[in-house]
Order: sequence, then structure tokens, then C-alpha cells
Amino acid sequence: MTRLTGGLIDRARSLRFTFDGRTYSGHPGDTLASALLANDVRLMGRSFKYHRPRGVFSAGSEEPNALVELRSGARKEPNTRATVAELYDGLEAASQNHVGPLGFDLLAVNDLFSSFFAAGFYYKTFMWPRAFWEKLYEPAIRRAAGLGSLSMQPDPDAYDKGFLHCDLLVIGGGAAGLAAALTAGRAGARVILADEDFRLGGRLLAESHALDDAPATEWVARAEAELATLPNLRILRRTTVFGAFDHGVYGAVERVADHLPEPGRQVRQTLWRITARRAVLAAGAIERHIPFRNNDRPGIMLAGAMRAYANRWAVRPAKRVAIFTNNDDGHRTALDLAAKGVEVAAVIDSRPDARAQGQYRLVHGLVDNAKGRLGLRGVEIDSNGRKEWLDCGALGVAGGWNPNVHLASHHRGRPVWDEALQAFVPGEGGPCGLIIAGAAKGQGSTAAALRSGAEAAAEALAQLGIEARPADLPAAEDAPAGLRPLWHVPGKGRAWVDFQNDVTVKDIKLAHQENMRPVEHLKRWTTLGMATDQGKTANVTALAVMSELTGKPIPETGTTIFRPPYSGVSLSVLGGGDTGAHFRPRRLTPTHEWARAQGAVFIEVGPWMRAQYFPRPGETHWRQTVDREVLATRKGVGICDVTTLGKVDVQGADAGEFLDRIYANAMKSLKVGMVRYGLMLREDGTAWDDGTCARLAEDHYVVTTTTAQAGPVYRQMEFARQCLWPELDVQLISTTDAWAQIAVAGPNARRLLERIVDGFDLSNAAFPFMACAGLTVCGGLRARLFRISFSGELAYEIAVPARYGQALVERLMEQGADLGAIPYGTEALGVMRIEKGHAAGNELNGQTTAQMLGLGRMVSSKKDGIGAVMSRREGLAAETRVLVGLQPVDPAQPVLAGMHLFAEGAPHRTETDQGWITSACYSPHVGSSIGLGFLADGGARMGETVIAANPLQGQKVALRVVPPHFVDPEGGRLRD
Amino acid sequence: MLIPHPLLGPRDAQEFTYLGDAALLNRPDGMAEGAEAAFAEYVYLRDNPAGVHRELWFHEQGDRSWLVVTRDTTTHEILGAELARDVKLKGGAA
Repeated sequence: MTRLTGGLIDRARSLRFTFDGRTYSGHPGDTLASALLANDVRLMGRSFKYHRPRGVFSAGSEEPNALVELRSGARKEPNTRATVAELYDGLEAASQNHVGPLGFDLLAVNDLFSSFFAAGFYYKTFMWPRAFWEKLYEPAIRRAAGLGSLSMQPDPDAYDKGFLHCDLLVIGGGAAGLAAALTAGRAGARVILADEDFRLGGRLLAESHALDDAPATEWVARAEAELATLPNLRILRRTTVFGAFDHGVYGAVERVADHLPEPGRQVRQTLWRITARRAVLAAGAIERHIPFRNNDRPGIMLAGAMRAYANRWAVRPAKRVAIFTNNDDGHRTALDLAAKGVEVAAVIDSRPDARAQGQYRLVHGLVDNAKGRLGLRGVEIDSNGRKEWLDCGALGVAGGWNPNVHLASHHRGRPVWDEALQAFVPGEGGPCGLIIAGAAKGQGSTAAALRSGAEAAAEALAQLGIEARPADLPAAEDAPAGLRPLWHVPGKGRAWVDFQNDVTVKDIKLAHQENMRPVEHLKRWTTLGMATDQGKTANVTALAVMSELTGKPIPETGTTIFRPPYSGVSLSVLGGGDTGAHFRPRRLTPTHEWARAQGAVFIEVGPWMRAQYFPRPGETHWRQTVDREVLATRKGVGICDVTTLGKVDVQGADAGEFLDRIYANAMKSLKVGMVRYGLMLREDGTAWDDGTCARLAEDHYVVTTTTAQAGPVYRQMEFARQCLWPELDVQLISTTDAWAQIAVAGPNARRLLERIVDGFDLSNAAFPFMACAGLTVCGGLRARLFRISFSGELAYEIAVPARYGQALVERLMEQGADLGAIPYGTEALGVMRIEKGHAAGNELNGQTTAQMLGLGRMVSSKKDGIGAVMSRREGLAAETRVLVGLQPVDPAQPVLAGMHLFAEGAPHRTETDQGWITSACYSPHVGSSIGLGFLADGGARMGETVIAANPLQGQKVALRVVPPHFVDPEGGRLRD
Repeated sequence: MLIPHPLLGPRDAQEFTYLGDAALLNRPDGMAEGAEAAFAEYVYLRDNPAGVHRELWFHEQGDRSWLVVTRDTTTHEILGAELARDVKLKGGAA
């Protein structure tokens, strides 16, 4: 291992890690990239398309090349940038995107055929023959595409989401960000300072120049120490603010435990939603390179990154390095490396009047080629036509700095071209309340960045009415860069612009030739900027090349904007804790624990868990259980939790009038103490939801809805109350969760209930079918009783406050032991309602009408109910399909929901389709499968045989059309 | 997004359910002459402006108020929010 002097690494401790199976060591403070470079590993990956060998290119999150798979097993994480992966003891990393060893990738054959893989290759080639796409091209492309590989195992770690609020969010903890945070923090504002690095300081950590005659890191340490004492300021390290959203909301990912082998008891990452009254974007700048032939050799990197490796990580990129620059900043790298004892072979400066700033060889000219496939061995210099190969193991390229305008362009903020800076800077627009500072604004010198950060914070606070004095700042370098633009080195061969997606200057020329000139076309034709790095180091350079080709200035050629996220955000953290069983709240009925003790099998019904059936010992098939539950209910008495049905309490002097408008049928005329079936329509006339409506008092109704529509119906009722008829005196509240509601059905239902009511007269005369009442049960428990039936049997629904639900069921079971009381689940419930011909969700599927349900006459024309007018329109009124019962001619044949109905002998085609089966089940009462369905002219076809077909599976069953009531068609049982 | 609830102050848009054009406040009279044509328009025809839009939001995870929110659809800037009930009582959404 080779280390220079200095640096922000803890040399006292060593960390062991592996890369492609080999063990290396680094120090705390290292990134994977710095540690690999320190171990003289330069080859870190392969490019996406041509599988070219690649080394590290940058020292930050803009890295296009050094993408690795981190960790192993279920924690394996592809496409991780080695430049930001914090080293920990035991870190495992592997290179990706190669077949065979990294040094000899079989797919590198693509590189030999690169002339075939030019821009637009996929679009042009795989068009023909068409039939080859699905079977041949796509699978082959898919196999070769993608960089890393997934673990294919569930993520074992925990993630979280959180909300933060502040007056000022400072994005970036470099010179400008620290100055902003100090200014705002001292003024007492609530401040959040977020930085993606694990160490505050930004570019100050990578530079050698002094602040107030002391190393910059000393000032950073003092600033950090002061910030830590401020109770109104929170520092989020390892936190990437990845997007600016509406109204001052920022998304940020804090990598809480990415730097640990395993998170232990911590979450791995947290997704923060930060609501900030104002924000300062101090995201710095990203250096750009200068494309030349073979400029992607491992060892060629950004000059600023080279300086960062030397200064911050005490790593030399090679024994002998060279610099290629078009501005003074490149010379700084040469000086810093020379000061650390690294041999600087030459500084090649494209500016003819450039001067050496130290003891090194200066060449006025260009670099126009590089050699060393697996690691740079030398570069070819062209100095006014005089060519020379220069031996070096690394080349730093300094093409100027692009302000990091990423977040500034999230709200259609359009960066504008700054001619003096030769770069895009944030323009008008962009996220509201976001003030740009420092290098992100083009204020790149340390002094300017500090000043600009402090001023931005003061400006932001002034807007909020908080008085702030810009922090007193240390003296710092303020040198101009003296840049003279050089966008690429002309010449033959391939010069890379976008490393990750293998886009070269040639590709841009081809796009230009093929008239893909607008930036948007250029991007899609060449895939420029479409890789995981979003072209952070490529886009502006590509624009400049295109501008040169079109002869138009850069700002007229286009601009480049970015969308969130700033860098990759894992799906795991976006999911937070809301995965698997926690995806949404799970609602349990009041009798859930009791049902579980009875061995119930549960089923999800919307957010609810409901008992589906209650198997008994010896029952080997669910049908056995369900048949038993149905028969026992119809013979004795069955008990079922129906709490999940929605309940809306409606009170007020105008409650009846209100419900008349909500329902298709009339409710104002309902007598107190009675219940009526109610049908709701959508305003377009379609049947929507049904349930019961009970009138408990003159000004008090209770509405029930289906389980599935409880929320939407309540929402619609509130809409009607507030938006349509606010003049009505009516109040609503959802009481679905407040009452446990238990159905008690079967011939023994009355006898059972008589044993629990407190002296309430349940006789048919006193409490007839469709009666309702408030009463007490079990010696004083408040309850509501409704004589309604879904099963077709003598039945009641009894409601008690939810916390007594389980006790009530236990009491009913205990009292009903000699009456044959059994619990039944949703399956038996469904069978009994099909046997009785009651519509449910399958019939009310949003495509049917009251008329189809046989309820057409219920839609009152004497009042203005929601949906009534549209239900009478021509198309709906002409509908002849109507709900019928269906029974197989051969009782052994099954009936399946979804089958379509045809006349006997008719072909099975859309034109001859006469309807479909909505619900089907095996009826133990009938002794065969039965179904409900909509059949054209169904009412007039009783006794006729129709064919139910499932052409997809070649099924065909002859069915007899019957009335939709298989049980007790006269309804005598209900009314006894 | 934050919605300035007239009673509760700024609330996260996640607490709300969106419905759409506030013209839905102007439900035709179902008993009037020509109601079918009026309803066809009410149910099916909406303006979809790029710019200022008055629209209905339901504070479903909150106090259950229906609001008329004025929003610029091109910038998401929210220019105001009123209780839909007040808007309706004042004569509906113009």
C-alpha cells in the first residue's frame, strides 16, 4: 500500500476489505475508491456497452465508472459508486458488468465491433425482421444489459420514513453551506444542514490552501464544533437531498448504517421529507473533462479528483502523473501533487499563453491519445503538431467546473449560460424559496463561496423576517480560473463524452448527421446522460460538441436540466417500513381473536381480515366446512361477524330529505323503527352500492354500506352534504369501527336472541321483518337490533359497542349451544346470499344498473336522487339484460363465474353474447352448483336452457334459467 | 404539496383525496326541464386548464372538510383554499 503524507484518514486503525475476492486494507476515513487506489488497484469496472476497462474517474457522487456491487447475500447492492462507499472493516465489493475476470471480459468483444454499435444502433438494427424481436433480440439484449445483478432475495434490513420541518434547509456542507449554516444558526433560525458525505467540509477537505493562514480543515472543525452546540440546528451527514418538490418540500435519504457491516438495531436508511420555509442550495460544482482519443483508460481522471485523493486521502493515483488542462485549476493539482512528492511528468495546457506556476514541465498543447488498456501507461501530446508520447500512470483532466444545478432545475428551472464562466448557472424559476449559493451559482473561489453562502442565508432569513448578520468569514483564496474553453480534442478515434453509457464524440457527430440535433433527440438517440449518473460529467460537454457541429452558440443549442433523484434512491427506502404486512393498516374485527381461537381461516377483504370459514376436526376440504355451516345455519342458527360493513350515522332535521337525495329510492317516508333496503347510484346512472337504512328516530338514521365501499360512500355523502346541499340540517359520522355488528341467522335466531335481550319483545307482531330498535342486552349493555336478512332465513343483526363484540359472540355461542348455534364465515355468507339471490360486489361491479339488478322500479322519479336522471337515459333504459338464477341441466356440471351466456346452438362470439355469470357456488341446499348472472331478456326466459361458455378453456355447460331465488322464493322464512 | 386549510392551517396534500373540477358544485336540478342534457354536461364535460384551476379536495385523513382549492396547474402554486360549503352557500363555483 502506498500512502502520501497527511490526509483525513485514521492511520492508527486498519480496515480489511475485499474486492473481487482479494483482500486489501485501508483506514477509517477512506472510501472504497480511495482505498483501492491506495492499494494500486486502478481497474474497477467495465463500461456498459463496449465493456471497456474502466478506473475511477471522480471523487464524488458524480462517478460514472467505478460502479461496484457491495456486500453479499441478501444485502448485495449493485451499481454502488466506489467513490462514495465509506470503507468499513469487512466490506465486500465486486466489480460488475463482465463475463469472466475483470481483466479479461469476454463481452469486451463488443468493443471490436463498436462501429456497429454506434448511436441509434438498437433502433436501427432490431427493427427487422419483426418476429425476431421477442424470441431472439430482446432476450439477448436483456442478458447483456444492466450493470450489476440483484440478490433476488428480500432486503433483510429495516428502513424508515420521517418528517422534518425547518426555517432553512442548507443543502451541502462545503464552504458555502457551512457559512450559510453558521449565519442562520447563530441567528436562531431552525436550520437543517444536510451533506451527502460522511464528513462536513465539501471541497475544503480536498484542497491545500489555507483559511486565515491555517489549514482549511481547522476552520471546518471549528465551524462544525460550533454548529454542534446550537440546539436550533441539526446536522444530517451521509444525507443526500435528492429532490425539490412542491411548496418547499425536499426529499432526502440519510444513509444511517450503510457504513456499517450490518445495521444492527438501527435502520439502514431513512427517507426524510423535509418541509423547509427556505432552502440554500450549496451543492458545489462538478468538474468537466476534455474528451480525446482513448480518454477512458483507467488512470485518467478529473484533475480535481486527483487532488482530492492526494489531499484528503493521501493517495497518489500513480507514481508519475500528468495534467491536461484549459485553466489554472489544473495547475493547482500539479502543485499539490508535487508538494506531496508525486512526480509530475508534465502539465499540458491548451492555452498558448499559459505559464507554469511551479517547478514542473509545462507543454502548450493537447493530449490526443492514451495507451494502456488495463491501466494508463502513457499519453500522446500534440504541441503545435509536434507529437510525443509521455510516460505516466495517471492523467488529471481539468476542463473547468460546471455549477451543480441539479436541484435548481427541478421545477422547470432553466439554467442559463454564463459566457464569462463558460458554464450553465441556475436561472430564473426553479423551486420556490430555493436560493443558490457558492460554486453551484458559479461563485467557485473559496472566498466567493463563503461570502455567497453567508449572504444567501441572510437573504433567506430576511424573507422570513428573521434578522441575521452574515457570519464573519476567514480570509481565503479568491483566484480566477482563467479558463479558455476547450470542449474536446479533435481527431480520429473514439473520444468518450459519457463514460457510463459509452457515448463518444463520434456518436454525437452521427446524431448531428442524422438530424437528431435538438438536445432531447440527441439524448435519446445516443443514450447520453441516461445512465445512473444522469450524465453529470457529460451533458454540458456533449452540448458544446453539438454546438460546434451546428455552428450555433451553446445556449442556442439547448440546455441540460435534471429530474429527481439527484443520485440513486433505493426502492427499499422509498418503501420505508411500509412493506409486506405493513403495506397498509390491517383492520381486525372485534371478534378476530375469538375466531382465531375457534380455528378460523381468515381472508383479506379490503383492509379487513375476516373469518372465511371455521373448519372442524375431520373436515379435510373447505367445501365440507362451508356446506356444513350453510346447512347448520338454515337448520338451526348461525352467527357471523358483519362489523366490516360500513356504517354512517345520519342525524338532523333534514336527515330524511338528505337520504332521499343520496339513495335512488325514497327514505324520508321510512317509519321510525323500520329498516329499508337502499340502492345508491353513481351520478352517471350506474348502480353503485347497496345496504340498509334504518330510522332510529325522527331525525336519526343509520346507513350501512358494503365493506368495500364504506370509505367511498362516506366520502360521497360528505360531498353531497358540504358541496351540493349545505343548506340542509344534517350531520354525518362514520361509525363502522364503533359498533360490533353480529348477524344471527336461522330458524332458531329468535329463540337465541330472546335469551340475551333485557325483556325486549321479539315476537313477530312486536318486532316484524325490517324492524329496528335501540335496546339493552345481557343485563344493561347498550345495543341496536335490526331484523334484516342476507341469508334468506329468519335473521337479525345486533350491534353493540365494539369492545363488547367478542363478549357478545361468546354469550350467543354459549346460550345457543342447545339451539345448534355455529359460527360461519364469509364463504357460507356468500353461498347463502347467492342461494337467496341477493346482489353483492360481483353484481354491483360498476357496469350494471338498477334495472339489470331487477330494481329498476326502485329508482324514484318523484325526487332528485343522485344518478336518477342519468339512469333513465336512452342507452341504459334500453338495456335488457337482467339478473337471473342459473342451474346446470346436469347437476354434476360446475357453474363458474365469468362464463358468458349464449343461446343454444349460437356461435360463441361477441355479437351473439347474451350476458355473463357474476357469482357461482356450490349450493348444499339445491345440491348442485348454482349461479347468478345477467341474461338478455332474462325475465322472459325462465325454464329456457342456455349455454355458459368459457372459450379460453374450452368449457361449455348447459344451464337452466331460473328465478334468482333458490331458497324460499316467497320470503316466508324472513317474515315468520 | 401543502394545502392551506382554512381552519387547520397548512396540511400535507397526502392527507387529502383529490376529486377534480370545482364545477361539480353546480349540480343541475334533476327535476327541471331538460335535466338529462344538463346532467350529461355535468357528469362528463370538464375544463382542463393549464393555469389557474379551482378544484375539490377532501380532507379525508383529517377533519373531513371538502375544500375548493385554487391551484395553478402549471406551477402547483396554491392561490387559496376555502371550505366548499361556504363556496356553495355563496352561489357555487363560477
